[in-house]
Amino acid sequence: MEASEIQEQVVKILTPYVKDQQALAKVSLETNILEDLKVNSARLVDVVLAFEDAFDIEIADDDVDEVNTVGDCVRLISEKV
Amino acid sequence: MGDRRVVVTGMGIIAPNGNGKAEFDLALRKGKSGLRTEPSMVEAGLACQVASVPQGVEELARATFDEELLLAMNSSHRYAALAAVEAWQDAGLAVPDAADDTVQWDTGAVIGTGVGGIDTMGERVVPMVNAGKTRRIGSTGVEQVMASGPSARVSGILALGNHVTTNSTACATGVEAIVEGADRIRRGLATRMVCGGVEGASVYIWAGFDAMRVLSRKFNEEPEKASRPMSASAGGFIPAAGAGILVLESLESALERGATIRAEIAGGATNCGGHRMGGSMTAPNPEGVRRCIRAALLDGDVRPEEVDLISGHLTATGADPKEVASWSAALERGPGSLPTITSTKSLIGHGLGAAGAMETVAAILMLQGGFVHASINCEDVHPEIEPYADSIPHELQTRQDLRTIVKAGFGFGDVNAALVVRRFEA
Repeated sequence: MEASEIQEQVVKILTPYVKDQQALAKVSLETNILEDLKVNSARLVDVVLAFEDAFDIEIADDDVDEVNTVGDCVRLISEKV
Repeated sequence: MGDRRVVVTGMGIIAPNGNGKAEFDLALRKGKSGLRTEPSMVEAGLACQVASVPQGVEELARATFDEELLLAMNSSHRYAALAAVEAWQDAGLAVPDAADDTVQWDTGAVIGTGVGGIDTMGERVVPMVNAGKTRRIGSTGVEQVMASGPSARVSGILALGNHVTTNSTACATGVEAIVEGADRIRRGLATRMVCGGVEGASVYIWAGFDAMRVLSRKFNEEPEKASRPMSASAGGFIPAAGAGILVLESLESALERGATIRAEIAGGATNCGGHRMGGSMTAPNPEGVRRCIRAALLDGDVRPEEVDLISGHLTATGADPKEVASWSAALERGPGSLPTITSTKSLIGHGLGAAGAMETVAAILMLQGGFVHASINCEDVHPEIEPYADSIPHELQTRQDLRTIVKAGFGFGDVNAALVVRRFEA
């Protein structure tokens, strides 16, 4: 799967949780999920579950701790698909 | 207790026979039933296969809330949130933007539930834990099963900053919530309180009552006839889901901002029969019931002869004849002089923790509209209630004279709550 395809899917999954729509409009690999998109940190759990379902992968709790940006998500998923 | 007057300035309802005040009002007038065959009960092989569940809620929720909120709400959250938003807007107040940091420090909430988020428990928490997949409960499991979930959800949507809590007294919950909220305003501790009750829709709630053999089992083929309060052929209640929410407000605040006043909460009372004198975990001590009704009247400075309508608890179990006798004793009004007595449960079943609140909304709509809805399915009045048969409205009644309604809810645990609702007169 192409990285761009993964990124598109990641952004789609994040979208319902995004509080800053302007940041979403100019989303990039460097966009920070909590700080830029203002996603409620508690909901990261649900975002990761949605990644697992969408890409048919398993993501360990320790890996989740390393996720800060959209790029981190794309990299993590790319390693597993 | 203080002496500030408390009025109702807004109402919202998600009911099995109609969502929103206008639809619910029409359903009451038409005697429309909300009872239907319930597929989940059929599938689980329950003896009772009829329930009373609000319809079209998903469409309403999608039109009202954003995707993140929808992902976080189970059925009881959806019902409570929709009814609260309607009530808030009905009170002439604007639902705030989530990004607006203004908090309503003088407004709180008492929104009760009888059973809580057991649908989430049954559908997500238990199966995931048993399968060793705890992670898959996700982040929203706790907020859906925590007892305070409904009031917490509503406080977040409306930015409420006063006392916010969820009460729980089984089937007395909805009435108790309104009594508690009104009390807080009377004591001068809040200006406004968002009060009511909610119950979710889930076979996991209903199965326990079915096991107790307290649900109606003999009318599965004729769902609309299955809830039969005060009837000789009543054989148990029909479980219901939904929410009723009121915006209570101090009279001075309502007048100051020119709000439309729907009714006055004249008085209220709660008590417990102590599981004595015939009372138990599942049966009311009649003396407790009578004391509660009398205490509500006393609190509202209302004489028994002033009561125009009783909105009974009346669930369609063997407790109905005892309840009617208790009303008669409490009001000291015997056969021939008992006020009109109606059961909203004949139309919408028994909403458990939501019942008292949905039925209070019905009572205020009747007060405002000058009518009493039909108490259906009791053409064959129970022999012990027969002496009071003239007080039962089998058809819709036009009643422009309605001024004072007493609404009560009695719950497992031998707990009681009663409320006096009066037409507002300055």
